[in-house]
Amino acid sequence: MRKIYRFAFLFLLFVPRLLPAQDDLLELIKDNKPPVIYTEATFKTSRIVIGQSIENTAQGNLNLVFTHHFGALNTGYENLFGLHQSVVRIGAEYGFTRWLASGFGLNSDRNTWDGFLKFKIFRQKSGGKKFPLTISAFVSTAWYTTKWENADRKNYITSRATYCFQLLFARKFGERLSLQFTPSMVHKNLVLTRDDHNDIFTIGGGGRLKITDRISLNAEYHHIFRKQVVSTQVYDSFSFGVDLETGGHVFQIFLTNSSGENEEAFLANTTGRWGRGDIFLGFNINRIFTLVTPKEFRK
Amino acid sequence: MNRLVFIIAMVLMISVQVPAQKYVTKNGYIRFYSQSAIENIEAMNRQVNAALNTNTGDFVFKVLMRSFTFQKAMMQEHFNENYVESDKYPDGTFIGKISNIREINFSKDGIYPATVEGNLTLHGVTKPVKETGTLEVKNAMVTGKSKFNILLSDYRISIPNTLVNNISKTIEITVEVTMNKITN
Repeated sequence: MRKIYRFAFLFLLFVPRLLPAQDDLLELIKDNKPPVIYTEATFKTSRIVIGQSIENTAQGNLNLVFTHHFGALNTGYENLFGLHQSVVRIGAEYGFTRWLASGFGLNSDRNTWDGFLKFKIFRQKSGGKKFPLTISAFVSTAWYTTKWENADRKNYITSRATYCFQLLFARKFGERLSLQFTPSMVHKNLVLTRDDHNDIFTIGGGGRLKITDRISLNAEYHHIFRKQVVSTQVYDSFSFGVDLETGGHVFQIFLTNSSGENEEAFLANTTGRWGRGDIFLGFNINRIFTLVTPKEFRK
Repeated sequence: MNRLVFIIAMVLMISVQVPAQKYVTKNGYIRFYSQSAIENIEAMNRQVNAALNTNTGDFVFKVLMRSFTFQKAMMQEHFNENYVESDKYPDGTFIGKISNIREINFSKDGIYPATVEGNLTLHGVTKPVKETGTLEVKNAMVTGKSKFNILLSDYRISIPNTLVNNISKTIEITVEVTMNKITN
């Protein structure tokens, strides 16, 4: 019996030598706590289709966004099914920090100027620290500059202003699917009639489904609560399309029933209706430039 | 008999417990570089974990793929999302040996040529590699340096047809790890 103990004792002494050679070293370089992994590329650009996504233009980058909506498909052959018309927006967006992006745009629709700020409040993360969602806040304002049409009213500059406030909640589910929930409020300083609300609430969202490394299907929907806009017949906005990614460009090609391209226009002023064929073919071209290279790369 | 067992045991114990000389770092440096006609792509990582056992020559390093920084944010996103798939394969590792460890005098400052052999794991693929570099001993620190090329296709990293002119098929890897001695 004692012999067995002796052998066991001897055997134990050999144990360290039986372990694979590098295990002790791997143990040494193991991270004490797992690294925090921030979710990247929930959406490919700052827009899901026509509305904002939680993505900001990266810090030090400039994104030039050219948005173009053709005319409605139901305008017939004489209008080449909308191809002879266009509504455009030329925009520029810049990432000031990892959590703040800002931009402005010029819209051909009512010659509108718009500007926005987008704040990333929480980021979805896993690993050492976990958080299930990315949450952003978006504030924009749009001012139309066409000729004043209300002859009986003084032309205050502020009467031309509208504002939009959005909270963006998004989650990337695995590699392929991202979903976003977007409640919005549009404020118009001046409305057409007494029955029209100045504050207009919508609720919506969208998603992205990656089908290959560089192509995804996107869709977006915003429901406008009834009886807020009564002087014009407005509808919910629905858009879907594809994101095509190349090196420095992202092309978004889509169909939508919203002709307008800034938030006020498509959330509170979508007069087109899918069922009637008021469908607009459109695209966004995003071209990204790195203006400020990260510190490590400055020679 | 008892005494013999005891003596053998003591001898073994001593041999097992010779303090291993280990050097370790958590902020080593790895850079990779792709040169092509259209653009050069460069990425850096200063959070490389590495360790060396100077008795056995065992050498390991580990790098979190997500902590590579690129000149352009889009490149970084593409790197993580489409090329190395950092969600699926979060880190790259090397596990191997410095095969000429006996020729290196760790108690004397100097730069010594070193041959490293082992397995490099990247994008979920493990390949045997054998590369040369140097080990510099200075002020009780050891700096390992090596520059070598890897073939992307070896690691199942594919370049789409539209970008074959933008990304090189072989990537130059530069490793520089300065390790401090630890006592245990």
